Amino acid sequence: MAVTTEVNMGAKPVKTDQGAFDAATSAKRKDLFFAAGGLIVMVISMTLLLTLIGDLVIRGIARIDGDFMVSFPSRLPERAGILSAWVGTLLVMLVTALLAVPIGVGAGIYLEEYARKGWLSNLIEINVANLAGVPSIIYGLLALGLFVYGLDLGKTVLVAGMTLALLILPIVIVSTREAVRAIPRVIKEGAYGLGADQWQVMWRYIIPAARPGILTGAIVGLSRAIGETAPIITIGALTFIAFLPPPPISGDFPFISFDWLNAPFTVLPIQMFNWVSRPQADFHTNAAATGVVLMAMTLSLNGVAIWIRYRLRKSYRN
Amino acid sequence: MADTMTMDDTAVTTGQSAPEKQEKVDTTPPIKPAKESGALRARLEDFSFTYADGTKAIKNVDMPILDCKVTAIIGPSGCGKSSLLRSLNRMHDLYPGNEYEGQIILEPEGENLIGPGVDPVVVRLRVGMVFQKPNPFPKSIYENVAAGLRVRGIKNRAVIDEAVETALRRAAIWDEAKDKLNGSAYDLSGGQQQRLCIARALAPNPEILLLDEPTSALDPIATAKVEDLIQELSKSVTIVIVTHNMQQAARISHRTAFMYLGELIEFGETQQIFTNPRHPKTESYITGRYG
Repeated sequence: MAVTTEVNMGAKPVKTDQGAFDAATSAKRKDLFFAAGGLIVMVISMTLLLTLIGDLVIRGIARIDGDFMVSFPSRLPERAGILSAWVGTLLVMLVTALLAVPIGVGAGIYLEEYARKGWLSNLIEINVANLAGVPSIIYGLLALGLFVYGLDLGKTVLVAGMTLALLILPIVIVSTREAVRAIPRVIKEGAYGLGADQWQVMWRYIIPAARPGILTGAIVGLSRAIGETAPIITIGALTFIAFLPPPPISGDFPFISFDWLNAPFTVLPIQMFNWVSRPQADFHTNAAATGVVLMAMTLSLNGVAIWIRYRLRKSYRN
Repeated sequence: MADTMTMDDTAVTTGQSAPEKQEKVDTTPPIKPAKESGALRARLEDFSFTYADGTKAIKNVDMPILDCKVTAIIGPSGCGKSSLLRSLNRMHDLYPGNEYEGQIILEPEGENLIGPGVDPVVVRLRVGMVFQKPNPFPKSIYENVAAGLRVRGIKNRAVIDEAVETALRRAAIWDEAKDKLNGSAYDLSGGQQQRLCIARALAPNPEILLLDEPTSALDPIATAKVEDLIQELSKSVTIVIVTHNMQQAARISHRTAFMYLGELIEFGETQQIFTNPRHPKTESYITGRYG
């Protein structure tokens, strides 16, 4: 600061300007390099992704028709379909969502707002973050030992849902905590300042404001769960199922049945895995088609997330 | 290089401030507030406050708060004025480990706000607060003002409607807001938002209204409006305001408390504090020698 003033007051202001100009040019050049580098990296990764998806779509799209969606697997590739797989995926996702979202959101809010801060909460925080990085097959092994053999629940829709719920629980917890933490302190203090108690602050101010973030976390978790194969294989899901689980709603009293929870099942990634490992080329086409369906489900799940988030943001502001 | 610089700096600072400090360390004890003749709304008795990290932010303060008057708390940054204000509605209880000592007596019942077994939530139901930065909730204008009533479990639509209008009128923002009660509070300007926050605090009829530097984020015109509002309100509600702006304290308050390093140095009629301070530290501060 002092130096600049001296030079400016001295006889050579031009030289200072030249130096500043050089510095600005050099900074601009660095910006340019960085931008170009980022662009190249982005183009490479997008190209890879699009190639992958494009390849899958080109090979599989022609195979997708009504019959493919409503047929059970078969040993003849042209008659095989993915009915049991997509129904299984939907049911497992339903169980996963119903378990992981309430437990994860509750745990996240508790850890962020209620739990006493100390070494214990720090330890839990670190471990929850670590759990998000545990390989999914480890969850599969845990589920096999605990749910399938320990609790003797069998290789059912319920167990698969529980396994995947465990798997995505850390994601839901972490994103809930982040969403809650992102709420400005002044809003919380404003609510407390009016005489609101913790319960009121929680339900009227924090949860409504955090809802978009919480929801995003839940759906990111679910879209991870939908493609998981390893833990489902580990718990011993079947790869060939030629029947559907009993429907949840029936015509007879009491109209609602939970038998589907205890039914054996398969899911899309397993069906795909199974077909890819066959020698016949036609089965590979089936696998590609299954992949397209799986991807469409994931993308529409994300689409729903974006739409809900947008709607919530709008409605909450008004 | 950097090290020597720092050492030089330190040397220079200490060298310079040493004689000055000796001059400043006057032994004049803080001046205890005189007995007030007007009606009291609250009084602090030997009140101290310590943050969780051990910082003693307020030291043995005795101070009256007069009913339906504006009490201004002034002092340099870090003097404990905001900490004192936030003690009055027990905002410090939101963060664990903070500790109050002494008494804050709410008159005329003589209830100690920081006594054992007193629920901070109940204190905040009686003592409202407006913050430094306008902090409307991300809801409609109507819902912002109604928030305090809803917190108190009031559900009757007519009652809430009336309270919202009264509060908005008292906060002098009714004319600007009446046509967009269902619009977002975020669409108001900063000054309007702050008056909305004052309306929000007024709606449940608090016994004391705390204002924590309410105009520091506002432009001069919005500031003038809020100041007019405070003077108008002081006819019907007890106000305690913390301000950095000494002219503001001189303009709008009836009593002024000057705090320094957690101590209440001098308390008195605003006129007297600004024209004839009795304590040398008060004089230094209001003549701009520090802070």
